[in-house]
Amino acid sequence: MGRRLKLAAQVLAVALVAGLFGLLGWKVTHQGGGAELVKKASEGKKPVAPDFRLARLDGGGHLDLKSFRNKVVLVNFWASWCDPCKREMPRLEQAYRRYRDRGVVFLGVDAQDFDSSAKREVLKVGTSYPVVYDGAGKVLGRYGGLPLPRTFVIDRRGRLVDFQLGELEQADINRLVDGALRPA
Amino acid sequence: MRAVLLVAVVAALLAPAAALASQQHPTQNELESEIMCPVCGTTLDQSDSAVAQDMKMFIAHSIAAGDTKSQIEDALVAQFGEAVLAAPPKHGFNLIAWLLPLIGLLVAAPIVGWAAWRWSRARDTGPPVPPSGLDPDIERRIDRELARYETS
Repeated sequence: MGRRLKLAAQVLAVALVAGLFGLLGWKVTHQGGGAELVKKASEGKKPVAPDFRLARLDGGGHLDLKSFRNKVVLVNFWASWCDPCKREMPRLEQAYRRYRDRGVVFLGVDAQDFDSSAKREVLKVGTSYPVVYDGAGKVLGRYGGLPLPRTFVIDRRGRLVDFQLGELEQADINRLVDGALRPA
Repeated sequence: MRAVLLVAVVAALLAPAAALASQQHPTQNELESEIMCPVCGTTLDQSDSAVAQDMKMFIAHSIAAGDTKSQIEDALVAQFGEAVLAAPPKHGFNLIAWLLPLIGLLVAAPIVGWAAWRWSRARDTGPPVPPSGLDPDIERRIDRELARYETS
């Protein structure tokens, strides 16, 4: 009886530890990976951009990243509480107006923010490119997380070809987009 | 003993009333200590970041509008996700975080009790310990030497 009880306790302990390892593995595979993506992109490995589907900030339904396949996409993560993000928004809008007829899409992703504050900012700047809302920051996490702003450029084949952390100047936007438009 | 019992009964009666009052009329400090700043990894009361300031303002406006604690928490969860709560919610998958320590305690207590019982029984029924660990020859020699010392 004693030996059986001991064996059962051992099996229970092993099962508990295995379960906890399973949970850890699930967390790593489902919520992590952003840092790895940024590392690959910075090494020029052109990783596939993680797909996402988020609600549009203007309430006009949802937007899928994969719906922009065959276009160059500039994804700009921002928040209304982030001053550099707000400073670069008019520059992004200006650049978008120049590039939109050349098969280029700009996509703003408002992350870890109040949607009402973000809407106010979008109205103030007069942003005409689509902006989606990632309040919980789950998509941001898959793209490396904080700090903001961070901007990624995705080529026509859906690969991350360039990125920049921090505030964008007009020359930065041109460099990022022109680089992706150049034939490989 | 009676006084302790009385205090316990009064505390038990007052606890739900206090919880209800906190639910109906939450305070700014209380909520700031229970809500996380999503960008700094601390609770709001320990952060001065821009987003924390926005959230504190939201809480102040919500309290002024007469919102309950759970309404304010739900609104913040809807905006920032469940990670904004300093303690995990007591439902769904997060319930594990609350139940696991309790289950661990319930499982561990009988095991520890049983092990302690077995250990104490093993001590009771163990072989008799000799009154002295010394060899009888050596003991006799010590006695002789002591006797000689006392007589000299």
